[in-house]
Amino acid sequence: MSQSQSAQARSAAVASTNKRRRWSWAPYLFILPHLLFFTAFLAYPFFYGIYISLFNFDFLRPEYRPFVGLENYANLLVNRNSIQFTDFWRSLGNTGVFLLYSVPPLVILALLLAVLLNGKYPGRNLFRGLFFAPYALSVTVAAVLWRWLFEQGGLIDTWMINLGLSSVSWLGSQPWAWLAITICTIWWTIGFNTVIFLAALQDISESLYEAAAIDGANAVQQFFSITIPLLRPVLIFVLTITVLASANLFGQSHIMTGAQSTVIGTESIIQRIYSEGILQNRMGSAAAMSILVAAMLLIITTINFRIFGSTEQQ
Amino acid sequence: MATRTLKGSQSGPAGVSLLSRVILYLVLIIIGAFFLLPLLWMLSTSFKPFIETLQPTWIPQEPTFENFANIFNDPSIPMLRWFLNSLAIATMFTTLVVLLDSLAAYAYARMEFPGRDALFGLLLATLVMPGIMFVVPNYITIARLGWIDSYWGVIAPGLSGVFGVFFLRQFFQSIPRELEEAAYIDGAGVWTTFFQVALPLARGAIATLAIITFLGSWNDFLWPLLILNDRTMQTLPVGLATLQGQYTFDYGKLMAGAVVTATPVLIIYVFLQRFIIQNVAMTGLKG
Repeated sequence: MSQSQSAQARSAAVASTNKRRRWSWAPYLFILPHLLFFTAFLAYPFFYGIYISLFNFDFLRPEYRPFVGLENYANLLVNRNSIQFTDFWRSLGNTGVFLLYSVPPLVILALLLAVLLNGKYPGRNLFRGLFFAPYALSVTVAAVLWRWLFEQGGLIDTWMINLGLSSVSWLGSQPWAWLAITICTIWWTIGFNTVIFLAALQDISESLYEAAAIDGANAVQQFFSITIPLLRPVLIFVLTITVLASANLFGQSHIMTGAQSTVIGTESIIQRIYSEGILQNRMGSAAAMSILVAAMLLIITTINFRIFGSTEQQ
Repeated sequence: MATRTLKGSQSGPAGVSLLSRVILYLVLIIIGAFFLLPLLWMLSTSFKPFIETLQPTWIPQEPTFENFANIFNDPSIPMLRWFLNSLAIATMFTTLVVLLDSLAAYAYARMEFPGRDALFGLLLATLVMPGIMFVVPNYITIARLGWIDSYWGVIAPGLSGVFGVFFLRQFFQSIPRELEEAAYIDGAGVWTTFFQVALPLARGAIATLAIITFLGSWNDFLWPLLILNDRTMQTLPVGLATLQGQYTFDYGKLMAGAVVTATPVLIIYVFLQRFIIQNVAMTGLKG
């Protein structure tokens, strides 16, 4: 068979299989299993969450679920005298404080760590592996461990006393509690950001630095004139996922400050939704909170990309 | 920065290069200590008898297994059961994610059918939706289905995730079509082509998805905490959190529990470290 004949035969066969595939049920059978779960647990709850936010929804009292319209939202946004209003804005404020504590070090220190690891020297992979290791652990392990380190009479307390510093209640007072939670979070997750920065740094061509060095730029100048501009898209990405991760603070504060979170001021918005919806069974109100928080997160993400994305194009 | 300095100085006198290298390693060791020492302290505390736990010594003076023995023998702490629950949930979840997502991803990547682009667009749109929106309504759904305190209640909502579909679709699109076309010419149907040609080619991508999914499921906290109230049904991370309420100041036992929870993932991590890091970087950058 000549080449053109075999090519013809092939394209005919491909065309027939294409035709067969077009008329087949197969594609739907392929996507169906995933689509069932997608519909039940992503598409449906999107609308169902909005629906229950319009009710006084107590799961344990199915006989009493009055429609309350926008009252749940009004309690969160305008009724200053409602319990929900105070709790909601207090925990939102707490989460905002945690963002201020945690996002700058998680982004800046991660970038510096990545720069440090971006060289060819023996042991580089060992250190990279070590910095990333805590990320493989559960938040429970990280938080229980750091609670023990910061506990009164624990290792850090003992060290501080030995250094002649006064003992502080790390987990029971501010700003120490936020510092403790932030340090735990950095230890647990900074490796992830570092690895992403490192991968991006390795894509930057050596020749750029060599050219800059010939022009007399020192390491710091090279960092600000080459590394940072070329890293901008990755910086926005890391910044965004870090803001989202910190806004979703739950395990660290839930475990390290526990029942005291409300008093100490470390109760995050996710803890509040958990407490309102699951512990106190006010699911309509909790659903309304979730929707408002989700809307805020979407707005923050959009702003992030708008501000930093637009400068990129200049 | 440091490495650039290092490179620049290599052309200079050997002494400068040596000095900067010493400084580099010094910095790395100090940072390394921040990551390593807490883990060593966890290990050290777990082998200390109760009276010794508050002493700041790194090597236990009278090392003991009593913390581990206690948490495994105490009938109120079903530690072994938690371990098996974690293992069962993570294994079932990972298997189902790989199966469901590879099937769907292949269809979205390779097949033409009415509604494909609209459906895939819908899937992509949910990637930006904050997860917190779905927690309360999904909790109600699971409770209505009677799946509180069951494995299925923990597993099912996660199977709706679109990351795996998105990730594997990218991979399937990168395979040259010729291989599948050859299979069709040989008379293979869609299913045979998928299972015998496409799926084997996606081994690496599937392994990546499986590892990320397994670690994520093993470590998950919020959702299993909501769904699993019965102590015998809890996973290790949830159980460990309740253990803390039980042993507020008995940190030897708590750290033994943390060691048991951390060990399986740390073993996986040590063996697959390079693979995991490279793929996290890759998938992270793509996302």
